[in-house]
Amino acid sequence: MDLGQHAAFIWVAYGATALIIGGLVARAVMEERQQKKALIKLEAQGVRRRSARGQSRP
Amino acid sequence: MKLMGKFATLANPSFFMGLTDRVLPWLAVVTAALFAVGLYLSFAAPPDYQQGETVRIMFIHVPAAWLATMCYTLIAISSVGSLIWRHPLADVSAKAAAPIGAAFTFLALLTGSLWGKPMWGTYWVWDARLTSVLVLFFLYLGLIALWDAIEEPSRAGRAAAILALVGFVNVPIIKFSVDWWNTLHQPASVMRLGGSTIHPALLTPLLVMALAYTSLFLWLHIKAMRAEILRRRVDAMTMLRVSQAAELKAAE
Repeated sequence: MDLGQHAAFIWVAYGATALIIGGLVARAVMEERQQKKALIKLEAQGVRRRSARGQSRP
Repeated sequence: MKLMGKFATLANPSFFMGLTDRVLPWLAVVTAALFAVGLYLSFAAPPDYQQGETVRIMFIHVPAAWLATMCYTLIAISSVGSLIWRHPLADVSAKAAAPIGAAFTFLALLTGSLWGKPMWGTYWVWDARLTSVLVLFFLYLGLIALWDAIEEPSRAGRAAAILALVGFVNVPIIKFSVDWWNTLHQPASVMRLGGSTIHPALLTPLLVMALAYTSLFLWLHIKAMRAEILRRRVDAMTMLRVSQAAELKAAE
């Protein structure tokens, strides 16, 4: 694809956009995964949220 | 009253987690499809008669700039919800949106600069539009720093909400800067009275990319809100475990 004499500006702009959007997506996925892991670990240790304890009552 | 009750149910963090768990995969598919179509159209579009091939930067620059201000508007609305109703989800929404808004503002500045060099002959000028967007970027950084500096979430939320509302004055300045002052930046050409001045061959890819960016923003924001809700649960449970351990030690 020939983008003319200013091709470098166009490719750098698209490349940087892809890089930053990719970073945002990766960060979003990893943060949620990390917090889920921490929550599961705490629950395995027998710690229950107050609201979760309330729900388990008959 | 019934409406408020319904709203309270919808804005309940547990309900939010359940609902978004079902919505997020569909939103990811829609976002990917919009980007595939948008990118295809962006490179299939004809070059502009004045700007040539560099007009393709518009398809990624303009949606980033729109999202930069839209995200700040969302933070301001969430801040009102946080300050008046003290709703925890409003707080979570504002905090989760700030880093995403900062990234899109940075992208708008970077791609604008890369578009400016071949068109204007310079990467940067201190004109009203560019400077007010740079101020927006610093406002985002300020909000992120404030959230990080204050440990207690409700206190941090209140301080950040006040800063966000004060900073909101910058949003109309960004929008109207091209009308109020002489700037190198072009005036509004899509959202203006009298209709768009862009040819449909270039407007269609721009609008599809704007939809793709908006859909991506929604996905990112919901994901970040979910992570923040989980983080607060983890913090609360960690505190609980510490206090339980202290009680047990005292009983011994």
